[in-house]
Amino acid sequence: MASKYSNITFKGYRRDNGRVGVRNHVVILPVDDISNAACEAVANNIKGTLALPHAYGRLQFGPDLDLHFRTMIGTGANPNVAAVVVIGIEPGWTKRIVDGIAETGKPVVGFSIEQNGDHKTVMDASRKAKEFVHYATELQREECSISELWVSTKCGESDTTTGLGSCPTVGNMYDKLLPEGIYGCFGETSEITGAEHIAKARAINPEVGERWYKMWKAYQEEVIEANKVDDLSESQPTKGNIEGGLTTIEEKALGNLEKIGRTSKYIDILEPAEAPKSGNGLYFMDSSSAAAECVTLMAAGGYVVHTFPTGQGNVVGNPIVPVIKISANPRTVRTMGEHIDVDVSGILRREMTLDNAGDALIDMIARTANGRSTAAEALGHREFVMTKLYRSA
Amino acid sequence: MQSPHLLVHEHQDNVGVVVVEGLKAGTDMLCVVTADNSSFQLTAKADVPIGHKIALKDLKNGDTAIKYGEDIGKFIADVEKGGHVHVHNLKTKRW
Repeated sequence: MASKYSNITFKGYRRDNGRVGVRNHVVILPVDDISNAACEAVANNIKGTLALPHAYGRLQFGPDLDLHFRTMIGTGANPNVAAVVVIGIEPGWTKRIVDGIAETGKPVVGFSIEQNGDHKTVMDASRKAKEFVHYATELQREECSISELWVSTKCGESDTTTGLGSCPTVGNMYDKLLPEGIYGCFGETSEITGAEHIAKARAINPEVGERWYKMWKAYQEEVIEANKVDDLSESQPTKGNIEGGLTTIEEKALGNLEKIGRTSKYIDILEPAEAPKSGNGLYFMDSSSAAAECVTLMAAGGYVVHTFPTGQGNVVGNPIVPVIKISANPRTVRTMGEHIDVDVSGILRREMTLDNAGDALIDMIARTANGRSTAAEALGHREFVMTKLYRSA
Repeated sequence: MQSPHLLVHEHQDNVGVVVVEGLKAGTDMLCVVTADNSSFQLTAKADVPIGHKIALKDLKNGDTAIKYGEDIGKFIADVEKGGHVHVHNLKTKRW
């Protein structure tokens, strides 16, 4: 059924696999920590490329290694990325990542450092990176329907105003755009604690709700209960949350869940960095609430725009995905307005309805998809943070 | 319409959120319930920062705090109506 949102379009980059991107990065991707220097050297040589240095990729094993590959391949495969140069210390794992990204049909090539050294690797990879920049800069944006967008969400440095204003604004957006056919994603497993009965009931059916509950319970038992030394005060809620007036995890969780609106239901559950496979709709991704980790995982899952409600003013960004900041806290909008893309503080003054706020966010999503730089992009926030499940071998 | 000092999510809630900066003890607050935009008056008994909570009635040590119509933790000290509610008198029931 057509709504006033059905006709919204934006100009995006249509990739060979049919997905639509809103940015056009040429990424220089290190397989492992010790390949960061070569990647950064290539990105310095070839303007218009983006190195994504990170801390891991050596001696990982089991599910932690699977997550590493999923995050690397998913980041390269993201439709906001036009082409990828992969550099690793040795050819085996480098090829595994190249092959994974190549399934999208986009240009990708790998280089390994052993038996070449940094000098030769950087020289060869720079030549290829330059070709990719010429390729990417000739790609044209074309008109796409709003229904082709994949929009994720996660809030940060929350306070009581996020539950009153910015999170319900995201929820209102999802209630309006999910019926248009977009893909949505929320997560932050530990931050549902206190609202798990509500989250379970928001599954599309009881089977999905049961699977969600098992996943949530496993996080409680294997991560929180196994490692906690106190009641997690100052960690969850954070010091910033407490400064902003949030007192307990239950209170924080109830505000967090406002991000899925009144009518939206999630259709499936994703492993960290996993791409959705059940069609359009809302997904829950098992993830930490740490902002950069969570946004990195959702970007690796294939989401191209991120909506980020903040109360006290989390400044996070992501190198490949535009992160749109929404705040309802008038003090934050006044003292750190350069970080805020959508000011919904009018909700607290009762000057702005949730319906108005949701529409303002949808407008900003379309403008961002068209190419408008977010505050985080303009300020150079490119936090790329891998999630690690346990110590390496 | 005058801007509210305090917002309350649901009618069954026993705490509300200060949404103005620099709220002083003794302020006769305009309070709005966001569920239906109904309003009431309440006098603040403390200086309370923006975003922090205020008790809507006298609450006892051991009572449950209700916000969003849901349980958000237990009081660990008595709080008078209009008093500041935060980590000094409210604690999680989890973890």
